[in-house]
Amino acid sequence: MARVVVDVMLKPEILDPQGQAVQRALPRLGFKGIADVRQGKRFELEVDGPVDDAALARIHEMAETFLANTVIEDFFVKVEEEK
Amino acid sequence: MTARIGVVAFPGTLDDRDTQRAVRVAGAEAVPLWHRDKDLKQVDAVVLPGGFSYGDYLRAGAISRFSPVMESVIEQAKAGMPVLGICNGFQVLTESHLLPGAMLRNNHLHFICREQKLRVETDRTAWTADYTAGQEIQIPLKNIDGQYTADERTLDMLEAEGRVAFRYLDGNPNGSLRDIAGITNEAGNVVGLMPHPEHAVEPLVGTGRTDGLGFFTSILKKLVNA
Repeated sequence: MARVVVDVMLKPEILDPQGQAVQRALPRLGFKGIADVRQGKRFELEVDGPVDDAALARIHEMAETFLANTVIEDFFVKVEEEK
Repeated sequence: MTARIGVVAFPGTLDDRDTQRAVRVAGAEAVPLWHRDKDLKQVDAVVLPGGFSYGDYLRAGAISRFSPVMESVIEQAKAGMPVLGICNGFQVLTESHLLPGAMLRNNHLHFICREQKLRVETDRTAWTADYTAGQEIQIPLKNIDGQYTADERTLDMLEAEGRVAFRYLDGNPNGSLRDIAGITNEAGNVVGLMPHPEHAVEPLVGTGRTDGLGFFTSILKKLVNA
């Protein structure tokens, strides 16, 4: 079984108040030198069968219509090594 | 015969009962609709009420948008049926692409629950005909994902076409771009807003204001005179 990972991130121009809140908390916790934090979502899809072009096209469609809201978010699809 | 107005309940919807009551207070018949049911029971209009449908999993409104009832609502809305989305219902409408833009977490990250002053910017929608453009109203606001966003081109288009339906007054509660509290589609049959008109329809409850009742009398008049 192969794993495909879909990362969903707010577009760079969209304000990310949750990422900002994390970033502001860092110095207080002793973590210095982090200029910016953006928070996103990671989906791990266990795929039945081969991850061929057709399967990837379907996953792309799934990400575009459902996993991400492309009005505010970008998504990135990557295939992980088959175990 | 009076108008039949459907009120959808998803798992996690909170305000369907208040919305049904608001529909009845205005003089229409409230018809409960269930998310798994594609059948809209021949209603004349639909309200998507507030709450946390499907637990807001993934994104607010993202899973509800693919529910069986929404297939019918989207199809009928495109054919001209009046649809009002309140709070979570507004989020469902943007996720469905019936209205442009999207909702983000409030810019200060806090849940807000308060009375909110709004300006009704247009009376040219199915749900605001009983107000006058420029009228100020005060109704409850309660959400955490209430920050309206869209790209500049979309915002300019909404302004130019008179589709910003409601704007926040006396301070922007959540960072919404251009103080937008609600918008309408081009035809004026689909309207979405974050504040809650259904909680302000009777003098006995809430703060005693009935500023929200106009949404429901607007639609009733439109349907009965149609």
